Amino acid sequence: MRRPGLPAIPMPDAMRGKPAKIVGLAVLVVFLYALPLLDLPILTTPDSDFAGVLYTMATYVLVALGLNIVIGYAGLLDLGYVGFYAIGAYVTAVLGVQHGHWPYLLTIPAAVAVTMLSGVILGAPTLRVRGDYLAIVTLGFGEIIRLSAKNSDWLGGARGIQNVPKPPSIHLFDVPHLKWENGTVLVDVTNKTQAFVFGFVDYVPYYWMALTVVFIVLIADVLIKSSRVGRAWEATREDEDVAEVMGVPTFRYKLLAFAMGAFVGGLSGAISAAGANFIYPDSYQITVSVIFVAAVVIGGQGNRWGVMLGAALVVYLPERFRGLEEYRILMFGIALMLLATFRPQGLLPPRVTRRAKALERDLEELETGDEAQEVRS
Amino acid sequence: MLPCPNLDAPPQCGRALTEETLHTKHTLRTLAVVAAAGLALTACGTTSSSSTASSGSNCPSGLKIAFLGAQTGDYANLGINISNGANVALDDYNKANSDCKVTMQKFDSQGDPNQATKLATQIIQDKSIVGVVGPAFSGESGATGDAFNGAGLVTVSASATDPALTTHGWTTFHRVVATDADQAPQDAKYIKDTLNAKKVFVIDDSSEYGKGLADGVRKGLGNLVTGNDAVQQKQTDFSATVTKVTSSGADAVFYGGYYAEAGLLIKQLKAAGYKGAFMSGDGSLDPGFIQAAGADAANGAILTCPCAPSSADFTAKYKADNSGAEPGTYSAEGYDAANVILSGIAEGKYTRADLLDWVNNYDQDGLTKHIKFNKGDVSTVVIYAYKVGGGKIQPGTPIK
Amino acid sequence: MHALALNFDFLFSNFSQLTVTGLALGAVYAMVALGYTMVYGVLQLINFAHSEVFMYGTFATLWTVYFMGGTAHTSGFALARMFAVAMVVAMVVSALVALLLERVAYRPLLRRNSPQLMALISAIGASFVLSESMGLRDNITRWIGLNDNFSRYVSGARDTRGLPMDIQTHKLFPIGNYQVTNIDLIVICCALLMMLLLDQFVRRSRLGRGIRAVAQDPESAALMGVNSTRVVQLTFLLGGLMAGAAATLYMLRIGATRFDAGFILGVKAFTAAVMGGIGNLRGALVGGLVLGVAENWGSALVGTQWKDVVAFVLLVVILLFRPTGILGESLGKARV
Repeated sequence: MRRPGLPAIPMPDAMRGKPAKIVGLAVLVVFLYALPLLDLPILTTPDSDFAGVLYTMATYVLVALGLNIVIGYAGLLDLGYVGFYAIGAYVTAVLGVQHGHWPYLLTIPAAVAVTMLSGVILGAPTLRVRGDYLAIVTLGFGEIIRLSAKNSDWLGGARGIQNVPKPPSIHLFDVPHLKWENGTVLVDVTNKTQAFVFGFVDYVPYYWMALTVVFIVLIADVLIKSSRVGRAWEATREDEDVAEVMGVPTFRYKLLAFAMGAFVGGLSGAISAAGANFIYPDSYQITVSVIFVAAVVIGGQGNRWGVMLGAALVVYLPERFRGLEEYRILMFGIALMLLATFRPQGLLPPRVTRRAKALERDLEELETGDEAQEVRS
Repeated sequence: MLPCPNLDAPPQCGRALTEETLHTKHTLRTLAVVAAAGLALTACGTTSSSSTASSGSNCPSGLKIAFLGAQTGDYANLGINISNGANVALDDYNKANSDCKVTMQKFDSQGDPNQATKLATQIIQDKSIVGVVGPAFSGESGATGDAFNGAGLVTVSASATDPALTTHGWTTFHRVVATDADQAPQDAKYIKDTLNAKKVFVIDDSSEYGKGLADGVRKGLGNLVTGNDAVQQKQTDFSATVTKVTSSGADAVFYGGYYAEAGLLIKQLKAAGYKGAFMSGDGSLDPGFIQAAGADAANGAILTCPCAPSSADFTAKYKADNSGAEPGTYSAEGYDAANVILSGIAEGKYTRADLLDWVNNYDQDGLTKHIKFNKGDVSTVVIYAYKVGGGKIQPGTPIK
Repeated sequence: MHALALNFDFLFSNFSQLTVTGLALGAVYAMVALGYTMVYGVLQLINFAHSEVFMYGTFATLWTVYFMGGTAHTSGFALARMFAVAMVVAMVVSALVALLLERVAYRPLLRRNSPQLMALISAIGASFVLSESMGLRDNITRWIGLNDNFSRYVSGARDTRGLPMDIQTHKLFPIGNYQVTNIDLIVICCALLMMLLLDQFVRRSRLGRGIRAVAQDPESAALMGVNSTRVVQLTFLLGGLMAGAAATLYMLRIGATRFDAGFILGVKAFTAAVMGGIGNLRGALVGGLVLGVAENWGSALVGTQWKDVVAFVLLVVILLFRPTGILGESLGKARV
């Protein structure tokens, strides 16, 4: 896999850089918004609706940003992140249609509040146990959420909840899509996206909404990572005991990471529910959590651009190669193994890791030389 | 499909483009769009003229119907049964109407509602698709109903049996099978009248389908129900459930769920010495039930289904059209579902609106039953009971 | 229909049956848990693909029975012999799959000093590859052109495949109001015996000492001349053997398997390993048995649809009171 064109530099640097960089960034943003309209050959998924795929990609990117706080920044392995995603979606659906008629935009703050609270409730007891145990406890949490929803009629049971509320539609203008035929670009006037009408067929407005939220969370992520909190997480991750001795209340910061991760997960769940229109418990299986973690780790845990890329790829590649149908999971497995072997630090490793690695290598050479190798062989 | 059909005049293309340019700021991109504009303008002129030239015959070329359902994955069996059945109908149609051939494009949802919604959008955006056979499962039907309804694209499902599906007010949703709400009372009746069971233990798999069916049976049986349990899909160890059944002294077990778990459940029940009857619904009606249970344990089990057994004539055609495969559960319904749509096309209903209208007013004999829709539900209700014997599912007979 | 209501009457009136069958279920969990716990003890790695090692064992058992001509009427001594052979085959197959896993999915990563999480991703990938290649075995054999010869073995790749015969149970002796069957007894005793052997091997043998040394301090062990690659291989080998034996016992009880049969069982076995104290062999046994019994009691008490919830809630409760699991000791700290 070659290094993709995303900038590996954190945003503040880019902002401080030359005007060219700002322009480049602006072009990228515009390009991302326009992507579902362009219908670019090769890039567009041939067998399923591209805007729908992009929308799912955006929600996964959001998930990855949130999970990156937990795994990448705080170093906590969460195998039940889908639980938060599910809670977000369910709060939206329960308040919006199942047991109330809240407008969609009001359900979002409720969703993230409930999710954050559940993050704290899960984290407060479990973050005290050894870090290694967290994986299975969180995995159990995800399953408990799914099974509770499935076995509770109050939450719609196995059937799930239909007619999840949608964002308010404001019809401002129409945007036509492009169409590529035999190398010529046409404007397809029959296929227009009504901005901003959140209906049942056209996913473009949903994608725009999700993308906008991604940008907002991204900015928040940049601010937090470079703040005192971000440094405390880094210290905790690298060596918890030392961090504690240096006066970092590690438990509190871990809990904060957990809660913030939950916040973003819930937000993502609420956003995904709007476009899905219909949510049901079995779409929140363990495997989804596993794919979330895979997205973060193969992207490069700790590097926000990396995890975003990872999340986009885990959604995009299976949809792009839908032609392979039944071999998709097999291929996904092979891809994971190859990536793990050939890019052990992830697609875009965080800068710290790269620096730390060089340092580590130097240290190791100094300490052991070649002696250890001889003993082992 | 055509880039600029129904276009009054090329200037509209130009107008749309200037709108597009307003939204971009960077020079390079503007250039690209301007280049695109040039190409688009020329292309528009040519395509619109060619489309008028080709419309000599009434039948639009490249007319398609879609199949939406599982083709791969864990639920592939059922989806393939249906799409193969639809293949037979398509073959019949194309032989009879060689001047207006239709193709069927399959969209593989793997039975997953989340995948189905994206595929539904894809289907809706393909203007050459005028009707949909499917969605196969209730879950994906529920997830895609709003979208198809909004697009006015008619769907005829061969196997979505959730009664709630026709309560959403969708005018496009149709099915050629009876629902779980029709099946459950018949199942209860069969247990009472034919099996003469006095104590029935009812189990479901906590799924939407399994629980719905089992709850209906519970209601129909009333105080004959001696105990209840719910298991999980993909569960393999049923020792607690087996204990519950054996200690209840039940003489019949009804299981609402799918064949994988049903097979394991009956195997473990028999191993623990359970001697009573075992009955399950259409979700268990698959040779996979016998494969999982082993012929010994499966023998004597009764599987009910709103689906009709395949006639010898249909079986022969089915095998010929599908490289020797045997028809299975819902194959004949797949034929009927496709036929409802195709007969409309044969009558010259080439647009989505015409075809929707055709299906809504459909009133003809199908292969499995007389087909006439009442708010999407088929008005003829027949439930069949299939008995397992000699390691095979024997042809079903209607429950009377 | 049935809400969350506690059915104590049923639990107590069938207490012995639920407990004995729960122990049999737990014995299988425990044996699979050993594989997780040993690899974790040595490598601090969640071997996510261990569930597939088990799954291959179940198919090895099934196919051996097919191959030896098992029919619906096979019973008695012939059946016992069939299962004895099947267990050996399953252990060999599972051990080979486990070794392959180590070679392909872990060693390249260990060499490159990858972060632990990346090894987890590799394991997840391997898990997908292993289970999907079983789930696509009909297509794979068709490519090679063997479909006709092996259709009995490969057809219906995504369906549950059962043993041809019903394993007849014989009631042996009563405990409470339950007649313990031969199957219960075979499964529990066999599992205990295998675990006893493994425990003694790790405690007493030279190779076992190597495992403990690496688990305790890999660098010192390397300096003391322990070949860590060998030790890791041995760990995978032992885990595979146990999973293979567990697979045969599982087939004896459940009687059928499927390409994804390992997944949920693997999750449960890992839960059992953590519950007992990860890295601790005896902990895996205790954790497995506790989990199996708790699931059955929970199913009786609140309904089978809640049994996984019961399992995970129990895990959290145990970790709250015993943060390192029930026995808590790690593989490295075990005394000789």
